[in-house]
Amino acid sequence: MEVPARLAAVAERLVASLGPHSVLTDPAELRTYECDGLARYAVSPGLVVLPETTEQVVETVRACRDADLPFVARGSGTGLSGGALPRSDGVLIVTSRMRRILEVDLDAECAIVEPGVINLAISREVSPAHYHYAPDPSSQQICSIGGNVAENSGGAHCLKYGFTAHHVTGLEIVTPDGDVVWLGGGKCRQSTGYDLLGVFIGSEGTLGIATKVVVRLVQTQQCVETVLAAFEDMASAGEAVSAIIAAGITPAAIEMMDALSIEAAEQAVDCRYPDGAGAVLIVELDGPADDVAAELAAVTARCEQSGAFELRRAADEYERGEIWKGRKSAFAAVGRISPDYIVQDGVIPRTALPEVLADIAALSERTGIRVANVFHAGDGNLHPLVLYDESVPGQGDAAEEVSGAILDLCIGHGGSITGEHGVGVDKAKHLPKMFTADDLDTMQLVRCAFDPAQRCNPGKVFPTPRLCGEVPRRGAAPHPAQAAGLAEAF
Amino acid sequence: MTTLDDLRAACEARAATPTDRVADVEPRFVAYPTSTDEVSRLLRAAAAHQLHVVVRGGGTKLHWGGPPSAADLILDTGKLTGVVEHAAGDLIAVIRAGTPLAEVQRVLARSGQRLPLDEMLPGATLGGVVATGAAGPLRLRHGTARDQVIGLTVVRADGVVAHSGGKVVKNVAGYDLGRLLAGSYGTLGVLTEIAVKLTPIPAARAFVRRPVRTPAEVRDLSVRLKQERLAPVALEVECPAPDGARRTATRVPGHPDLMVLLLEGPADGVAARAAKAVEVLGGDARADAEPPDWWGSYPFGPDDLALQVVTPVGQLFGPVYSMRDAARGTGIRIFCSPAAGVLHAAVPGDVDPDRAVEIVNAARTVAMSHGGHCTVLAAPPKVRPEIDLWGPVEGIGLMRAVKHEFDPAGRLAPGRFVGGI
Ligand SMILES: Cc1cc2nc3c(=O)[nH]c(=O)nc-3n(C[C@H](O)[C@H](O)[C@H](O)COP(=O)(O)OP(=O)(O)OC[C@H]3O[C@@H](n4cnc5c(N)ncnc54)[C@H](O)[C@@H]3O)c2cc1C
Ligand SMILES: Cc1cc2nc3c(=O)[nH]c(=O)nc-3n(C[C@H](O)[C@H](O)[C@H](O)COP(=O)(O)OP(=O)(O)OC[C@H]3O[C@@H](n4cnc5c(N)ncnc54)[C@H](O)[C@@H]3O)c2cc1C
Repeated sequence: MEVPARLAAVAERLVASLGPHSVLTDPAELRTYECDGLARYAVSPGLVVLPETTEQVVETVRACRDADLPFVARGSGTGLSGGALPRSDGVLIVTSRMRRILEVDLDAECAIVEPGVINLAISREVSPAHYHYAPDPSSQQICSIGGNVAENSGGAHCLKYGFTAHHVTGLEIVTPDGDVVWLGGGKCRQSTGYDLLGVFIGSEGTLGIATKVVVRLVQTQQCVETVLAAFEDMASAGEAVSAIIAAGITPAAIEMMDALSIEAAEQAVDCRYPDGAGAVLIVELDGPADDVAAELAAVTARCEQSGAFELRRAADEYERGEIWKGRKSAFAAVGRISPDYIVQDGVIPRTALPEVLADIAALSERTGIRVANVFHAGDGNLHPLVLYDESVPGQGDAAEEVSGAILDLCIGHGGSITGEHGVGVDKAKHLPKMFTADDLDTMQLVRCAFDPAQRCNPGKVFPTPRLCGEVPRRGAAPHPAQAAGLAEAF
Repeated sequence: MTTLDDLRAACEARAATPTDRVADVEPRFVAYPTSTDEVSRLLRAAAAHQLHVVVRGGGTKLHWGGPPSAADLILDTGKLTGVVEHAAGDLIAVIRAGTPLAEVQRVLARSGQRLPLDEMLPGATLGGVVATGAAGPLRLRHGTARDQVIGLTVVRADGVVAHSGGKVVKNVAGYDLGRLLAGSYGTLGVLTEIAVKLTPIPAARAFVRRPVRTPAEVRDLSVRLKQERLAPVALEVECPAPDGARRTATRVPGHPDLMVLLLEGPADGVAARAAKAVEVLGGDARADAEPPDWWGSYPFGPDDLALQVVTPVGQLFGPVYSMRDAARGTGIRIFCSPAAGVLHAAVPGDVDPDRAVEIVNAARTVAMSHGGHCTVLAAPPKVRPEIDLWGPVEGIGLMRAVKHEFDPAGRLAPGRFVGGI
């Protein structure tokens, strides 16, 4: 049967079992799902299904299996690597109606939620009891917990608190075959057997669909201090970061912005960062009051020694909000000073910051493409914003090139091509620069175990999918005939 | 050429002796690779001769897990040692798998840093600790071995060398094989190099201890401590076995359990929090600079029946009561990490097998009723055939599929892991 006929058959089957309101076939409606946060790639899905329960996800996945069609999970569609880019020959399974917080267990310090629950909704639910869900991506007001699991999302505070992988202890998944399996320890922090939970997190929707998520809840700290430090240039701000880390302090967050991103933020939200700042640092400390007081003194001294010409300490929640406002609006703000931009996401060892920033500046100089730098300085996760104007012929390509060259810089320094946004469809071609064919082959052994038919989000992450059942390229396991002594070993 | 000659072409190797036994299995050869490349060549040679391979680190825990159904070749990591790279400014290090954990800490300490993993058994290697997914008291704040691994090099059964992760703490490129390999007991591949993230050694630490009489008291005190938000790095309770005394759920007077809280951080902060903890705990609480002698160790010796129970945080007291009940006259010794939901228990190795089964079943039933589980880490030979070491495991079908992909011929430590993997 041709693909359109198979899609029609799946639609008919799901309309019958899930009801018509859960199945979208109208081309205009399908188009609203054609891309995620990375609008450069767009494909109209063959069919969109909006399940409300695990059973309905199972039903949908089985329908895809029976019709041999690929499927892609989608949470809120805020992904920045095209991970939820649909397939025209497949089904997009959207979790936005699976939005219940099923259980909050404060004794066990955890909650069980459905995948479509918005990240921030969990913290809102438990904040009266002085708990929160720690991973806080900048998109936390809209991104889903299922998407966070798939991307192993982090946020400004992951320097101290870690990523999604450190905060999810159990998952109910629907396998690509339509089975329901629990991974991890559930409410327990440790489990028995292979850590399948650990590989599922960050697998970008290629190993199955998460239908329930057990998240750890963290007690809100006694005391929080937020300091804004202004420096004349990036080098002295970078020096301050190193000095803070060398002093044995692990701040909850250390964020850095350069002159161009400060300018953009000023224009957008009037954040009033100190005049003449070539760089600002936002340092947040949290913990028991006396510890924080000691650390604050140390951080202040380190910033001054490194040349900070102004230090502002937030006196209350309002002022803390004011300090964070500029940083949090930076991505959107850049839209005001440039018609188009690419948000890059690369990681370097933190000590390489000065060198890499200088290289980026040189790259920018040479190509005439402006780059604004906003990043998680504590863990070396850069978010260069590569600015361009699509209406100027050739600029889009030039920006792409600069963006790619920045990744090469990261790899050259022993870093990574993505710290939190994922590989998706966008960076699949860069993955082989970081890993050998054998490395990628080995990773895909996991894929073959979960999804031998390659039906689950195919074409993402890995540039060339390994066909399951195919003998690995090199160093192949002995052929059965060889194992049986019927053929030579070498 | 003999098999041994072929192995020797890869690295130093010798014929095995009875002291190389793993559980009761007698291996034929022992090999000592010194690099990833040698491990690769060795495993290719082993594959050509269809040898079953068991990795040995410090050998401190080789009797743990299921006995391998076959172990022709012991791959000893004793010469696969050394800190390859320590980037103090980046708080990371790359370390060869056979390096003893103590050695790792010694090198890191020179820069005022540490790998936040406890050395539960002297002599344990980093590879062994990661391969068994080990952790001690520090797990409360820092998690287990898998949480410290940011990258690794692994050699598959077919000799193929693969890397995942890298040398930066934040990295989501590709699948996280580090987590998959951590805790895999050497059944998916041989770890050769491991990149870990580090933490500064704290300026000050304080151990606040308080005698406790019942598991329920531990729970109540834990709740009170939680309300004070003292941010402990670890919280451990020792429930000693009284000498020959009949034990019941109620404590024997004169043999109190001991609850110990570890606080770390800047000196002033730690002093203030320790004072607060003493006040909150009341009783005979006091603060100390040094840990009690049992801190960061297991309650069991090499010949004991060794159990690990995991429950959701705050639910350990149920299993403690039921294990003590089931143990009755047997002197069972328990160490718990109530705030992390993990306990280890030791039942003397000379226990009657029927009683051993009863104790395991009691612990398992209660743990499972709380959504937890109970694993038998090690068991004396006469008890082992009577019990299910791992208990029921969720997702066993997917685990088998993963094993099949990585090691289709089943050559790495067969039978050692869950479900006979
Ligand atoms: C302004 C902005 C700021 C951002 N800031 C951050 C940041 O600070 N840190 C960060 O990490 N990311 C950030 N992101 C990226 C993005 O928000 C995260 O990757 C987020 O986790 C995506 O969640 P989502 O629900 O939107 O997922 P989607 O975009 O819908 O999907 C992302 C991936 O997850 C898969 N997926 C979704 N649901 C499931 C499920 N239930 N089971 C299995 N797979 C599933 C999809 O197939 C896809 O591969 C930002 C994005 C924007 C637009
Ligand atoms: C179920 C279980 C739970 C444990 N829990 C804890 C705990 O909570 N806290 C704690 O501190 N310790 C724990 N341990 C013990 C801890 O793992 C030991 O301290 C450590 O394993 C000893 O290391 P070793 O070098 O002596 O390893 P060995 O005893 O030599 O080997 C241990 C296991 O690891 C495998 N192995 C060793 N090196 C490698 C390698 N390079 N690549 C692949 N596989 C390898 C071996 O084949 C063997 O299966 C636990 C052990 C087990 C079995």
